[in-house]
Amino acid sequence: MNITLTLAWRNLWRHRRRTWLTVSAMVFCNVLLIFSIALQFGTYGLMIENSLKLFTGHLQIQHPKYLDSPKLHYSIDDAAKLQTQLQQELGENWALASRGMGFALVSSEERSFGIQVVGVEPGREPMVSSLPGLVKSGKYLPSAPTETIEIVIGRKIADNLKVELGDELTLLGSGRDGSFAAGIAIVTGIFDSGVSDIDRAMAQIPLDDFQTLFTMEQQVHSIVIQGSSAANADALQERLRQWRASHVKQSFAPVWQPRHWDELLPGVRQAIQSDIASSLFLYSILTLLVAFSVLNTQLMSVLERTREFGILSALGISPGQLGRLVMLETLLMASLGFALGVLLGAIIVYAISQVGISFPGMEEMHSRFNMPARIYPELSMLPLTLGPAVILVGSLLASLYPALRLQRLEPVAAMRAA
Amino acid sequence: MTSILCQQLCKTFEQGGSLIKGLDHVDLSIEPGEFVCLSGPSGSGKTTLLNALGGLDTPDQGEITIGDQRIDQLSKKQLAHLRLQKIGFVFQAFNLVPVLSARENVEFVMQLQGIDKAERRQRSDTILAEVGLAGLEQRRPAQLSGGQQQRVAVARAIVSNPVLVLADEPTANLDSNSASQLMDLFQQLNQKRGITFVIATHDQRVMSYCRRLIRMQDGRIVSDETQPGKIALQSEGVAPQEQAL
Repeated sequence: MNITLTLAWRNLWRHRRRTWLTVSAMVFCNVLLIFSIALQFGTYGLMIENSLKLFTGHLQIQHPKYLDSPKLHYSIDDAAKLQTQLQQELGENWALASRGMGFALVSSEERSFGIQVVGVEPGREPMVSSLPGLVKSGKYLPSAPTETIEIVIGRKIADNLKVELGDELTLLGSGRDGSFAAGIAIVTGIFDSGVSDIDRAMAQIPLDDFQTLFTMEQQVHSIVIQGSSAANADALQERLRQWRASHVKQSFAPVWQPRHWDELLPGVRQAIQSDIASSLFLYSILTLLVAFSVLNTQLMSVLERTREFGILSALGISPGQLGRLVMLETLLMASLGFALGVLLGAIIVYAISQVGISFPGMEEMHSRFNMPARIYPELSMLPLTLGPAVILVGSLLASLYPALRLQRLEPVAAMRAA
Repeated sequence: MTSILCQQLCKTFEQGGSLIKGLDHVDLSIEPGEFVCLSGPSGSGKTTLLNALGGLDTPDQGEITIGDQRIDQLSKKQLAHLRLQKIGFVFQAFNLVPVLSARENVEFVMQLQGIDKAERRQRSDTILAEVGLAGLEQRRPAQLSGGQQQRVAVARAIVSNPVLVLADEPTANLDSNSASQLMDLFQQLNQKRGITFVIATHDQRVMSYCRRLIRMQDGRIVSDETQPGKIALQSEGVAPQEQAL
């Protein structure tokens, strides 16, 4: 082994207890960072997938202006044909379903409330949304056409309107052509999504009935696309843009836009970014604590070896080489902390990823994002190495000060030191 | 060819609010291959002069030339390079690196010089055998006697073939037998390798080995004499080292 490396390594173990204390601090922080980041990554993944799966989907095909101004007349023409073409292009790995969306005043015998009425394809909607599976009373909409309009509503709407299964609701709104839209629907199902905004203000009816009610003809407001993972949404969006460019004649502006879930549900990304920002503050404090611990250890180590450094200087070691020796010692110590921290962190994260973890008091946040009660940390390379790498770099930076002190070392004065 | 030339060297220290002259206009010339003792009472300026010659300390005034190179104006890095390549030090307290073995202590200097591993190993074992430490290469300083440690220090000082070895009270921590052995070793190395030795001491036995005795007092040279010096056990003299300084 290189003698400088040997020297640095053996110097570390002159004060075993002190070195182990510092390494232990690094290992502790590394494990804490690995676990926290892995848990965050696992939570974010679940948060995104569950939020999108509930209603939004990974992408939606919409009229270019619909996102900013969700009006009835910003719709897609000949949607059934487009949906068929897209399904052929994307294959069976992607589920597609059309929707129409409008607002109506819904009234029971006792009360009236304004809600969003969503027209869905009952046969296809369960493939893009988990909401049909959350019908707790009654049943979801029938796939076959019925004589009367059937409607499924959220639990809170049902409570507010004081209606139960089989009760009639009157829908009043305005059609796409400005005409008066009115209809009577029978409550066939009541869902409980756990998301109060949906449970309080959304009802679903068959798309055919929606198109009749709101004079939409064959138009829809969105074609929802759901795949296996939200991570594929970027690539799919680009693919759809290219497909549109080659298959759709466009005069001045595109007739539809593939909307990424990020645009459709910006709150999820914002919630994640906000969580990351607050975590970064905590992680910075942790890194700073370790850096100070390293600074303390290395400064003490340098001070008590002043005489030895004077001798090494007398032998011909330049101030720069002395500084590098101290940094090499720190690198070895930090590498040991890195290796042990990653190993221990990986074991802990793996163990918890098998059984999951739940936090008391987090139910409200979890239900807001339609997440399960147990969270599973994500065991992957990034959470395993990100935190420990920052600690390693922080430790090296902390050793700069003791290393720089050695640049001012005067050999004669240093050799006189006790 | 002049090995070392000092002209009007001055160095002043502040101690307890008063100024002390460590070196007071010292002029000195040492030829290659000389075996010189600096003697004098404590505080006479021996160590200060030795430190100045070795580039460990810079004089307030005056010039120091080793070979054709003025060293009193060099940077820290340049001085470190000079010490590494041309000057060996032997200290009173041995000053070995405690966590390295005898062999590693000797090899360390060569590694800094960029010498490859095989040659380092060969040269360090040869030099340790030469100073009488064959078989003890793996021992750390704490496992060696004072005399053995000082021999390792000597091996370390000469392994890179320096032109000048500066020794500051090298026998002060040794018993008389070890001290004699060390001085015999110095004399052999001086004669066999032609290395210039400058030894600061107030030990009469050490002075008896030197062929040139310089006495110092209050930072000045008060006498500069040549003397026969003891004959080393192996007195096969060789010409002073001819390498350019």
